[in-house]
Amino acid sequence: MDPLMPPPVRRISLDAPPTVVEPPANGNGAGAGAGRARAGAEPSPHAVERMRCEGVTIAYGPKIAVNRVDLSIRQGEVLALIGPSGCGKTTLLRSLNRLTELTPSAARGGRIALDGEDLDAIEVTELRTRVSMVFQQPNPFPMSVFDNVAYALREGASRRPRKPALAEPVERALRRAGLWDEVKDNLEHPALRLSGGQQQRLCIARSLAAQPEVLLMDEPCSALDPVSTTTIERLILELREQIAVVIVTHNLQQAQRVADRVAFMYLGELVEQGTSDEIFRAPRAPRTRDYVGGAFG
Amino acid sequence: MRNAALAAKLRPRAAGRRLTRPERAELWLGALAVGLLALIAGMLVFVFRQAWPSFAHNGLSWFLPGGNANTQLADVYHSPADPAHYVYTLRAWPILYGTLLSTGLAVLFALPFSLLCALFMVEFAPPGIARLMTPTVRFLAAVPSVVYGLIGILVLAPWINDHLVSASFKLDVKPIVPIGGGGLLLATLILTVMIVPIMIAINADALRSVPRSWLEGSAALGVNRWRTWWKIGVRTARPAIAAGVVLATARALGEAIMLAMVSGSFIFAPNPLDGLNMLLEPIQPLAATIVVGAEGLSVKPYGQTLYAFAAVLLVSSMFLSIAGWAARQPMRRHGVR
Amino acid sequence: MSATAVRTRARDSASSWPLLDRVGLACCWAAGLALAAVAAAIVLYMGWKGISQLKPSLLVTHPTGDVDQSKAGGFLDPLEGTLLLTGLGILLAVPIGVATALWLVEYGRPAPLARAVESGVEIIAGAPSVVLALFGLTVFSSSGLSFMSFRASGADEAFGRSFAIAGIVMSLIALPSVVAAAREALMQIPNHVREASLALGKTKAATIRRVLLPSIRPGIATGTTLGMGRIVGDTAIVVLLLGNTLLTEPQTDVPVLGLLRGTGSTLTSYVYNNSPAGEGNAPDKAYAAAFVLMVLVIGLNALAARIARGRDGGPAWIR
Repeated sequence: MDPLMPPPVRRISLDAPPTVVEPPANGNGAGAGAGRARAGAEPSPHAVERMRCEGVTIAYGPKIAVNRVDLSIRQGEVLALIGPSGCGKTTLLRSLNRLTELTPSAARGGRIALDGEDLDAIEVTELRTRVSMVFQQPNPFPMSVFDNVAYALREGASRRPRKPALAEPVERALRRAGLWDEVKDNLEHPALRLSGGQQQRLCIARSLAAQPEVLLMDEPCSALDPVSTTTIERLILELREQIAVVIVTHNLQQAQRVADRVAFMYLGELVEQGTSDEIFRAPRAPRTRDYVGGAFG
Repeated sequence: MRNAALAAKLRPRAAGRRLTRPERAELWLGALAVGLLALIAGMLVFVFRQAWPSFAHNGLSWFLPGGNANTQLADVYHSPADPAHYVYTLRAWPILYGTLLSTGLAVLFALPFSLLCALFMVEFAPPGIARLMTPTVRFLAAVPSVVYGLIGILVLAPWINDHLVSASFKLDVKPIVPIGGGGLLLATLILTVMIVPIMIAINADALRSVPRSWLEGSAALGVNRWRTWWKIGVRTARPAIAAGVVLATARALGEAIMLAMVSGSFIFAPNPLDGLNMLLEPIQPLAATIVVGAEGLSVKPYGQTLYAFAAVLLVSSMFLSIAGWAARQPMRRHGVR
Repeated sequence: MSATAVRTRARDSASSWPLLDRVGLACCWAAGLALAAVAAAIVLYMGWKGISQLKPSLLVTHPTGDVDQSKAGGFLDPLEGTLLLTGLGILLAVPIGVATALWLVEYGRPAPLARAVESGVEIIAGAPSVVLALFGLTVFSSSGLSFMSFRASGADEAFGRSFAIAGIVMSLIALPSVVAAAREALMQIPNHVREASLALGKTKAATIRRVLLPSIRPGIATGTTLGMGRIVGDTAIVVLLLGNTLLTEPQTDVPVLGLLRGTGSTLTSYVYNNSPAGEGNAPDKAYAAAFVLMVLVIGLNALAARIARGRDGGPAWIR
């Protein structure tokens, strides 16, 4: 089915902290060389396919934004969608939990499946708890930190859980997002008063609280400073063992740092996909070569 | 640049070139705008100067219950011509109570109703119906109050009189108060219809300006549309909803003609002990009392008493306006006008 | 390819929601439909009553006040009164309102003063029209201002009721709509438009007159029509300040001034006085006049909406 060989999945050893994502010493963005030297990286035998796109086409009215894309999303590895702006990568990402349907003019063709089940057959609220999304701009709700994280738990349930019952899952989500130590003393503070990086991690925690199976991230670091970016990239690497992560980025260094597999999109088409090494070191398509080499983008 | 400013300062003021001189234009426009403040101050001064005898004569008991306000007003109207013997005695509580009751009940009904209508307009109505809702709201807001009053007095009041008022109740209270179709129920009902459009307009504006990212964020967590709008949309719009309530209260307080036509025009404090029949009892709110008594304005003490009602209305509407203005400021700070 | 694209269900279906949420949605529908039903009932009833009672002759004959309805005439005078009063009120309200909006947006300093003026406009908008009317009455009853109305022989106070006085007070209830609309339009003009004009060496005043004022014309028109709608529909000010005479009665024979000092009635006061609440008790005439009144007010509001929509069609500052 997939024309490309399934790429090797590297495994991060959980007892050793990932060393690659330390902020670069010179502080002006990571150099290309800082890329792929992950400690203990080796192919994972556990990479499981969770989502599959077959011939996915998305159009806004007459304009086709995504054209016949085939893609496989696996748990245990991070997939990065790269490409110049307007190439359809965000649209593709949004279609994975049917957020495109919030745009009235959007229409989709082709098939997307989650664990073999067609997306359209799954009730959309259930789908979105299983496939959660983090947005480009941090968008914490105008309520307290605690209420933000507990939001999906409260509103997803038909009967609202009581607050004491929520304390434990909220703490777990905040710990997984690496925010617990910073906010544990002021859980009742308004979330909008956190810094930008904290807000984005709060949004990740908010998504994780509902125990999603796939996490979609739409340029999660583009509005953040380098230090917050580093923290979130480390977080992504930690998360990939438990859930499938798809990240859209137009920052190539970031894709190199966090992704196991990279898909390059251009003008709505999926030009090339492969392991991070393949795309960045030995791209086959000329357009990929130009883009990765910095000729346009 | 600085030289030009300096030159402008040194040059003697040329008469007749007002608007070409920037600072003069600012001065004129500013004076006009500040003139509005002077107007409000003048309004307070003039109304209170007229109202003062009524307040001064009764003191705080002006606001309290006591006696029959209908006969008290009649006595004021029939005061002797000699200014030394003017009658001012009035216990205005039944009027104030009727005002509070009709306004409060109308706002109470209108708040959930307008919120649901606004949600319907903004999100839940199918596109075809949603397109019809805006002109509908605009229409209801545009109907003159005298037309609402006309429908009330010619159609609804007789219907209520025929179908809701029991003959025994009418007979029971006949010595105290006349029961027609007009009364608290009808007044509240029409008042609700009249203030709902303002509240819908404000609520719908506020709901429309809830940042999309919050709504999408909620949807992306698998929360259904109803809860997304209820928890995120309505929650964010709270300042505007509060402002809408305040402005609608002000509108209901100031409504005069419609209430003069349908409230029964008999000063009476509906008695909660009468149960649901209380709703059928007449009231006469402040603004309606002024309109009903307009013919008597030339009778000095009576006119001054009417000015006292106007003073109460003016002060409360000023408070409400400022409160509504203040309530909208948090929204404005978020870039929402 | 797009031909094969299927449009999926745009939204989640309510059937999967918890019961309480579905009840909420049902209430939402009920409220919306109830609102539409109320509006439809008013339109249909008033339309039916109006069309069955309105004869063209009513629009062009003077009322007589006769108890016998067949001889009571039409409502030419109230109609004229409405038009005259609306014209007067709006003529005063527009310049003052636009000037206030200009000052608020373009100058607005000192800031506390601007905020005070802003809330002052809100206060005027919120003040009941009865109160405004009583305020006007006491101001214009003072003998120094008797030229605005007239003074009865022997009285020490002026009458305080005339077209001029009612028009002045009416301008107050139209003012907030004008200020709000003009302000909104001014705030929508991007700053680079002002900067471009200033960069060409124009003064601020010239910028306002040559650039800003022309481009906010649609906004002013919206505010004007909305304000006219409010004036046409107001009753309390008419009842208290227009002298409440059925016929338009000019004071003295000087053509225009006499009319301004004179008294009369408008459609609203005609409806009020012919309803059981007033003295007339002629419901048929009241319905006919109310129908005309509604057509006027609704027409003005529809016009305002149309102008406002036209403004959204393209940026106003280009025109």
